[in-house]
Amino acid sequence: MATLLRVTSPHAHGPVSTPKVMQKVLLATVPGIIVLTHFFGFGTLVNLVWACIVALACEALALWLRRRPIGFYLRDYSALVTATLLAIALPPYAPWWLIAVGVACAILLAKHIYGGLGYNPFNPAMAGYVILLISFPLQMTAWAPPRGLGQLPSLVEALQACFWPAGFDGITMATPLDLMKQNNSLLVADLYAQTPQFGRWAGLGWEWANLAFLAGGIWLLYQRVFSWHAPLAMLASLSLLAAIFYDGGSSASGGSPLFHLLSGATMFGAFFIVTDPVTSAVSVRGRLIYGAMVGVLVYTIRVRGNYPDAVAFAVLVMNFAAPFIDNYTQPRTYGHQPGKGGG
Amino acid sequence: MRKIFDFHGGIHPPENKHQSLQRPIRDAGIPPRLVLPLSQHIGAPASPVVAVGERVLKGQLIAEALGFVSVPVHAPTSGTIVAIEDRLVAHPSGLLAPCIVIATDGLDEWTSLVAPPDYRDMTTRELLARIRDAGIAGMGGAGFPTAVKLTTKPGSAVATLIINGTECEPYITADDILMRECPDRIVEGVNILRQLLQPGEILIGVEDNKPEAIAALRAAATGSAIEVVSFPTKYPSGGEKQLIELLTGEQVPSGGLPLDVGVICQNIGSVVAIADAVVRGQPLISRITTVTGEAVAEPGNFSVLLGTPMNYLLAQAGYQPGRNRRLVMGGPMMGFTVPDASVPIVKTTNCLLAPSEAELPVPPPAQACIRCGMCAQACPASLLPQQLFWFAQAREFDKLEQHNLFDCIECGACSWACPSNIPLVQYYRASKAEILQLRREHAKAEQSRMRFEARQARIAQEEAAREAKRAARKLAAEQRAQTAAAGGEGVEDPIQAAIDRAKAKKAAQQVVATRATTETGERDKLEKAVVTTRARLDTASSKLEQARAEGSDLVDALQLGVDKTRAKLEAAELALQAFVDAGQTAPQQAVPTDAASVAIARAVAARAADAALDPVEKARAQLAGLEQRLAKTRARLAASRSKGEEEKIIGILVSTEAALEEKVSAARAQLNGKGDT
Repeated sequence: MATLLRVTSPHAHGPVSTPKVMQKVLLATVPGIIVLTHFFGFGTLVNLVWACIVALACEALALWLRRRPIGFYLRDYSALVTATLLAIALPPYAPWWLIAVGVACAILLAKHIYGGLGYNPFNPAMAGYVILLISFPLQMTAWAPPRGLGQLPSLVEALQACFWPAGFDGITMATPLDLMKQNNSLLVADLYAQTPQFGRWAGLGWEWANLAFLAGGIWLLYQRVFSWHAPLAMLASLSLLAAIFYDGGSSASGGSPLFHLLSGATMFGAFFIVTDPVTSAVSVRGRLIYGAMVGVLVYTIRVRGNYPDAVAFAVLVMNFAAPFIDNYTQPRTYGHQPGKGGG
Repeated sequence: MRKIFDFHGGIHPPENKHQSLQRPIRDAGIPPRLVLPLSQHIGAPASPVVAVGERVLKGQLIAEALGFVSVPVHAPTSGTIVAIEDRLVAHPSGLLAPCIVIATDGLDEWTSLVAPPDYRDMTTRELLARIRDAGIAGMGGAGFPTAVKLTTKPGSAVATLIINGTECEPYITADDILMRECPDRIVEGVNILRQLLQPGEILIGVEDNKPEAIAALRAAATGSAIEVVSFPTKYPSGGEKQLIELLTGEQVPSGGLPLDVGVICQNIGSVVAIADAVVRGQPLISRITTVTGEAVAEPGNFSVLLGTPMNYLLAQAGYQPGRNRRLVMGGPMMGFTVPDASVPIVKTTNCLLAPSEAELPVPPPAQACIRCGMCAQACPASLLPQQLFWFAQAREFDKLEQHNLFDCIECGACSWACPSNIPLVQYYRASKAEILQLRREHAKAEQSRMRFEARQARIAQEEAAREAKRAARKLAAEQRAQTAAAGGEGVEDPIQAAIDRAKAKKAAQQVVATRATTETGERDKLEKAVVTTRARLDTASSKLEQARAEGSDLVDALQLGVDKTRAKLEAAELALQAFVDAGQTAPQQAVPTDAASVAIARAVAARAADAALDPVEKARAQLAGLEQRLAKTRARLAASRSKGEEEKIIGILVSTEAALEEKVSAARAQLNGKGDT
């Protein structure tokens, strides 16, 4: 008989694994990507493919430089998740170099500089996004008009836009969030009626993309990939602020709660960014606070700030605060008096 | 229906209990050799009371308990003691431990069991002694001596007695089958515990995945005060603290005992053993053990003699060693691997798990922690395992303690839930061991420090005492010197005497000087008065002579002046004379009022006496003084030696003695010389 194995308990292991979690996250983005592609054309898909290629290359390079097993860590799918999230956040028909710079910053600077997966204080996709937004504001705010408001580029044109930007003559249009912010003369109802970019509840196309990401998020919740606390807290605080400052739909209104829930990156942020476990708070109470604060910041920056959307900034700011929140939300350990749990 | 509380966290691993529940309890039989470790419990190991070669009968005491937290060991069957030696035992570290080895004879011959009295007539003390003497230790896995656990402090009431039939760990069915097959023995044991503890209520907690056990217990408990409570299956609801929270809603304080919230827990197996011991007088010599896993063909529960080698038991269940890479004593969550299949079954062996590699595969290498928090959601102690992992990696022990590492019950739920396969519990175990080691070292260092400080304090105190003694001796010497100087008894300390003399002289001079100044002033005045008066008289007299010669009419007036001046002169002269007379008597009047003067007077007298003394007499007196001092020094030295005083003191005394001896001999020589002349 062969010698018996000497290992310590537990001997059994649950079925969940990090690669599986990452795969599920990737899978959950599919509805949103389909809707984005439907409304904005192939640009999102081209973004996605190119971002993934760059991400894998950067990840492999970083692992090689850090002398880590490349194959083993590439199989955790975390680089693909980062690339996918960033590709979704970028405007369709972005030039190749913009995407490459963003992904490289996300993988190399925001992730591996800090020690790789699990050690990064900032959400890599959002860090990459913000670096691009600050460095290349023109390219980053050039959103294509949704289906119905212009001719969607073909796949070839989409590839051309990406890899030979000089030869691509794209049309861009202000996003509904911009329009809402810039509006100071029309009642909200009139704005909706007179501006073609608005749909039934929010921006044309955007509302469906948000609903698709919401569906993906609910599926992830059902799969217990993350808990409901942070996303729900974010959506709740965002809605609450929107309701408070709706101002009856006047020309000074910041937009209805529904408008904010279904605009920009709200649902994408709530279910795919705020739920990033690495950079958020860890305890249940901490995640409630973290999510709620992201919602507050999203609303504040959207209505008062100068950037087209606020999710990336809100998330990064709260990434800063997460360790602080953790420190004050340590749960009460079994058998300990309340209030003595941590400090 | 009773309210069931919930505890935080928990997981739902595959139960895998059906495999071992297909058949009733089987008897594992008598193996050729039994190996009985002396320590099958928590506490002091038992001490053998048999010798190699001795024949023992079934149930006979072979090792007695040593100390309060200890239990005895009994022979599980009849046979011969063939060895008392260190053997490999079931311990996570693969330790050798002292064991008694019995070569069984197959007769299974019982020792004469004393028919016990009805437990209802027994006192608490007698019941506890019975339980302890039967060698019962917690059979759920920990092995804490049952009698110790049942010993309550006077005045601490047991509100709830909980019988733990949860058996939440996957694969294990030993308690389940006992509850199914022997509910009456369980009720019997519970009744004994009721008599012993007088609890407010008695609950048997069973997870709802054991409906047969619940039904059997409820039937057996009908009409009794026992309540069988079932609750949803969740690992680790069978953990003592978790079960208490489930059934009472109370949490055992950190670092405390269940009794702090009025609860005592007992395992099903222990309750049955208590019934056997108290009602039938049988010591704990066998137990029910689940043998399961894909590497055994016929999994099931066995009634097995303690000390049975695991491979013998495994063989009864159709063990296929080729399929088995790890042999686990206990369950897949908290059990530990045994180093070899030959180790014996002990009182705490509730399960032998022989899984195939596919069943419990070797975990893949750990991936990065993504702080997903699944571990925190699973932790039944509401800890933050991912934070603990972080701190454990960084060896931040203070942070670990601040995050309550020591409240971790090592249930393994976090490791099970971790998607990155991080062996969290291993990290915690290692950190706990390291912290405990540090604490021990710290305590040791602290003790050393205290010892050092105490020593320093003692030395300082001794030094101070010596200093005080020295000062006292010095003072005494001074006084002696003074007395000597005054009384003329030898010259003990010439220098001191000289100083004293000088001091005394100075003091005396000062006294005289002061007196002189005051006296001189007065006398001068008087003398001056006499002189001036005389001068005036002379002048007046010459003027009178002149006037008489000239025949002046002033003669009468001048005569009157001269007479008056003469009278004055006479008065002045009288006053001076009186003062001079008074001045001569004054010093003699001042003597008694001045201590220094007394000393001076005495010293002067002594000197005079000394001077008057015959030189031979003087030398003799000196010698007598020296001899006296020598005798004193010798006495002190003897006293010091007998008291065992420090070397230094004795050394000083010895040298003093030598010096005095020398002086004495010198004085003698001088005296002899003088005598000769």
